[in-house]
Amino acid sequence: MTLLEVRDLSRHYGGLAAVNNVSLDVSKGEIRAIIGPNGAGKTTLVGMISGRIDPSRGRIRFKDKDITETRAWNRVVLGIVYTFQVASIFRNLTCYENVALAAQRRQAGILTSNEKAIAAAVSKALHRVGLASDLYKMAGSLPHGHQRLLELAMALTLAPELLILDEPTQGLAPSEISAFCDLIREVAQSATVLLIEHNLQVVLELAGRITVMDQGAILAEGTPKEIEKNAAVRQAYLGQ
Amino acid sequence: MKSFALHAGIVVALFALQFVLPAYHHANIARILVYAMLAVGYNVLLGYTGLMSLGHAMFFAAGAYGAGLAVYWLGFGPLAALVAGVGAGLALSLIAGLFLLRTTGVAFLIVTLMLSQAFFLSTLYFNSVTLGEQGIVLSNVAAVEAFGLSLHLSDPAFKYNLALIAFAFSLFFSLWLVRSPLGRVLIAIRENEPRTRMLGYNTFAYRYLAITVSGMIAAISGTLYCLLFSYVGSSFASLQYSTLPLLWTLLGGAGTIIGPLIGTGLMFYLLDVSSGFTSSYLLVIGAALLMLTLWFPKGIAGTIRARWLPWLP
Repeated sequence: MTLLEVRDLSRHYGGLAAVNNVSLDVSKGEIRAIIGPNGAGKTTLVGMISGRIDPSRGRIRFKDKDITETRAWNRVVLGIVYTFQVASIFRNLTCYENVALAAQRRQAGILTSNEKAIAAAVSKALHRVGLASDLYKMAGSLPHGHQRLLELAMALTLAPELLILDEPTQGLAPSEISAFCDLIREVAQSATVLLIEHNLQVVLELAGRITVMDQGAILAEGTPKEIEKNAAVRQAYLGQ
Repeated sequence: MKSFALHAGIVVALFALQFVLPAYHHANIARILVYAMLAVGYNVLLGYTGLMSLGHAMFFAAGAYGAGLAVYWLGFGPLAALVAGVGAGLALSLIAGLFLLRTTGVAFLIVTLMLSQAFFLSTLYFNSVTLGEQGIVLSNVAAVEAFGLSLHLSDPAFKYNLALIAFAFSLFFSLWLVRSPLGRVLIAIRENEPRTRMLGYNTFAYRYLAITVSGMIAAISGTLYCLLFSYVGSSFASLQYSTLPLLWTLLGGAGTIIGPLIGTGLMFYLLDVSSGFTSSYLLVIGAALLMLTLWFPKGIAGTIRARWLPWLP
């Protein structure tokens, strides 16, 4: 079943087409990686899918509903959750408050909240990413890799159906990367994952299918094996 | 609980203070309490939503003019005038918010300044109604009839306690606000708006709400100022009344509940005392502010929180 359907999506900045006529289908439950050289348009593409960036042209459908005009915060409610390319957290708030903000969004009401349910959700999410002992630490004081995990905890608390991860392993230590891969595999049991990633090791290990972008367009798409053999990909991406 | 006790204690202490203060300081404190309320409203935006305004004079003046014009031209009683003042403030906040919503950061500062200056110039332009810079002196506000008593707004004790009640209301309201789920989102917007939006919060709606609440508290302060001190003039809408709440809030500590009161009181007395020694008393204020920015950028209550009392809201 197709979860996300992108049709002829473009984004122009003046004369520059950051993304040009991209069409993409993502099935429910898959881990899809998007790779490509810097400036290929990967972040712009997922920015349009998450609603951070308005497309110049094209349509986006999610769960058989056209969401092209849906504002970013409402897409989160629909189940599209985005983590930023550069870890974006509330540095001056505790880890608890960071995740509590995500948990609170799942509740109704802006004047009252169920703090018990929030506390339970926070504790569960921080356990899941391995930050349980950092509950009351200031988020900004965490090491960089842990900040990324905190952002992931926030994303998971939103119960995503489509989780968009923009270079999640950037800045992680090699030892952290394997734990991260395990976590993503576990997340993929309940959510579809769209992954922008430069670390090919991670991509080959996680992704069911890979979409390769270059200069704003899709260059190739296929299983990891097919992509590894593709001559055009080697030319553009590896320069061989 | 601890913080509720602290703030309740401050209100009780202010209540007790009126029985021991000499008349001069008694009147000063009443004035400080009304001004502090303006700063409390200002702090909702600067301290908790992260939006710096240079236009709160327009909300203060909207309240003051709403009440003052209603009494002067329409013969409203004090309660009706209070409603008129607060209503004018609400209307202005809702309208101004529509423009301000589109901006943050420096742009927000500039747009508040522009709107406020437009308001200020309007009070001068329509001087046949507002009496311009000379202003309106309310000499005939009716007494408030309550509990079988006839309470005159000119009575110092009534003035003091009314100011205290209003201030206490704003203090506890802001304390409740910042600890509510709504306050949590406002703080999140202050810290990182793009992230907050991508957590599923319509940050425009939240900012609009914050602007309206902040403008309303400032307008209630202006309404009370006009009714208690029987005067409203276009100076209330001037830039000075926009910079004052900014300075009070920064001095006391932006993003702390008690900071606005501390800042307002301290600045008031700094002016009062220094003007007794020298005619260039603004120099003293300037020097004090320079020292503050250099050594206590978090303000007084903010520094206390950072060094000694981390639980201070």
